[in-house]
Amino acid sequence: MTEDDPETGPEHKGAEPQRGPIRILIAKPGLDGHDRGAKVVARALRDAGMEVIYTGLHQTPEMIVRSAIQEDVDCIGMSILSGAHMTLFPAVLQLLKEEGATDIVVFGGGIIPKGDIEALKAQGVGELFGPGVKMDEIVAWVRGVVGARE
Amino acid sequence: MGKKGEKGPTSEASQSTNGRSADIAAWRSKRLVNGGVGIGERKRAFESISFRPQPTVVSWEDGSSREQRETIGYPGEYPFTRGIHATMYRGRLWTMRQFAGFGTPEDTNRRFRYLLEHGQTGLSTAFDMPSLMGYDADHKRSLGEVGREGVSVSSIEDMERLFDGIDLASVTTSMTINCTAPIAFAMYVAVARRRGIPFELLGGTIQNDMFKEFIAQKEWISPPEPSVRLACDVIQFCAAHVPRFNPISISGYHIREAGATAVQELAFTLADGLGYVEECLSRGMEIDTFAPRMSFFFDVHNDFFEEIAKFRAARRMWARFMKERYGARDPRSMMLRTHAQTAGVSLTAQQPVNNVARVALQALAAVLGGVQSLHTNSMDETLSLPTEEAVKVALRTQQIIAEETGVVNTVDPLGGSFYLEQLTDDIEREALAYIAKIDEFGGMLRAVQLGYPQHEIAEAAYQFQLRLERLDEVQVGVNKFVDAEEELSIPTHQIDPSIERDQKERLVRFKAARNATTHTAALERLEQVCRDRGNVIEPLVDAVDTGVTLGEASEVFRSVFGEYRDPGLV
Repeated sequence: MTEDDPETGPEHKGAEPQRGPIRILIAKPGLDGHDRGAKVVARALRDAGMEVIYTGLHQTPEMIVRSAIQEDVDCIGMSILSGAHMTLFPAVLQLLKEEGATDIVVFGGGIIPKGDIEALKAQGVGELFGPGVKMDEIVAWVRGVVGARE
Repeated sequence: MGKKGEKGPTSEASQSTNGRSADIAAWRSKRLVNGGVGIGERKRAFESISFRPQPTVVSWEDGSSREQRETIGYPGEYPFTRGIHATMYRGRLWTMRQFAGFGTPEDTNRRFRYLLEHGQTGLSTAFDMPSLMGYDADHKRSLGEVGREGVSVSSIEDMERLFDGIDLASVTTSMTINCTAPIAFAMYVAVARRRGIPFELLGGTIQNDMFKEFIAQKEWISPPEPSVRLACDVIQFCAAHVPRFNPISISGYHIREAGATAVQELAFTLADGLGYVEECLSRGMEIDTFAPRMSFFFDVHNDFFEEIAKFRAARRMWARFMKERYGARDPRSMMLRTHAQTAGVSLTAQQPVNNVARVALQALAAVLGGVQSLHTNSMDETLSLPTEEAVKVALRTQQIIAEETGVVNTVDPLGGSFYLEQLTDDIEREALAYIAKIDEFGGMLRAVQLGYPQHEIAEAAYQFQLRLERLDEVQVGVNKFVDAEEELSIPTHQIDPSIERDQKERLVRFKAARNATTHTAALERLEQVCRDRGNVIEPLVDAVDTGVTLGEASEVFRSVFGEYRDPGLV
């Protein structure tokens, strides 16, 4: 569905010819194996013309930040359903700061209470998507933030 | 699309046997515009939640009634389409088994006692992520996860506390644990031994299904081949020493929750079962010595008849595999006994009280499908671990079905329905096509190593998401009948930080108090048996009894068999 969609690849390339497609790391931290959402989002972003690297399961914040820097991504999207979001997001933000890589935008998805969403955004998480979100919304948001930085 | 009811072979077959297919054809042309295909109907296509086209109507001319008599059979008789017992719920109701586990062993023990007091008839244990992945509570990777999504069990003392005051000889216990199942099972058996309970009296089920871990749930230690061997060690040990215990619960639940269709769930689950049978037979075990204790666990999703048909097809297919492929002679080897759980993935965070209705309908489908035990989800489970009140409503839902609706009074009350029997046949045929493909790979172990079922499920999950966004799938309260004003109120499930601290401290004290000599000897013996590819259960029972922890035994598996990493395929 991507090739003949006027909103994807070609337009993006046209706007920024030197730059390749948006690069995203989809990351799955923690010990749980709930990767359905992460994989669906990864696929949707890829179908929208972005280059998606999926870490696979059971990643530590250190592993995620290392992959993000190695892969030179624009964004990290983390899927967290275990309730550990208040430790994992800040840990990744902190490590990015230590590596001088704060230009990488961090966003996420999962079941996250409103108060926590506000707290995490205040700490620097770009956006947090909840249950029932449409893939188009995520794609549009990523285009918006990465485009805005260019 | 929508043509199922009028397609060739079955109609022709019935024509030759009863000459009535002209009637249904006449009815269709008279009453339905365009034969009922997509015109004059509310939607262009009617499809199941698994994307299967649904006919307008099925009549008895559509199937071969003569053939169906043989494939359907009678309740309690081969091929068990109509149920594994002649009297089904007239004889005994299903076991109402609510999955529970959180915090310390004492916390979960209290929930167990609460459930037993409220009429629950069996226990079901949820373990926390570290226990499920083979890390002790004091391991670095356990940080923040101890007791969060299940109960923390690192040592035999934790297992003793978990079942404190509960008679292991009279209550059947289910343990949902997989890569560390041999260790948890060894702890359970060792606790029974300490209490003087003979192994023959122990009844229960341990999930111990590693194929579906690689396919869907993704909790593992070592690669597929040794993992499947360890699972079969439990089967072999139980066949010899713990005859009333179900050493495996071959699970479609997680496969479905990860996005599989009903047909994929059925096919991959049965193919997993065949994979374990192959491994056991390769050890020289006789089919009728272990097959009767292989149990199953399926999801019950929203599509009411598709789910009922899935259970009926599952029983018929398994019976035939056991008898025809493996030459089983004991009818118990051919009976597919199954637990079911309502579909967690179908529940919505939006308008969460609606989930009570979803769960009730799914539970009804499970009962009409003839399951042996059932877990009903709580309405608040998308948000956090369920509250006691929500768990009670879920349990009461089962009790209402059992005591008030009357559906238990007659065995397989939907048997013989034109639609349901055809649906059962269709699902069976489609699932058999998948299994034939897995056979071509050389069996499930190879298919899993190649990532075949994983890929099929991810593809189905993505297709489902696209259908949701196109409104081809409706989720009430999410993409239709949305309450514009609704603000998701997500309660923060507060895990008391003292749980992790207490569990860690207790474990540190436990480890310090062990006898170093016997502890080291037990670990060395376990490692040697692993290297010799022997059955690990007996040395494990002794090891955990001398104080070897879940994490230490897992470390032996890691060092001998290697560590598996997610290939991260999208």
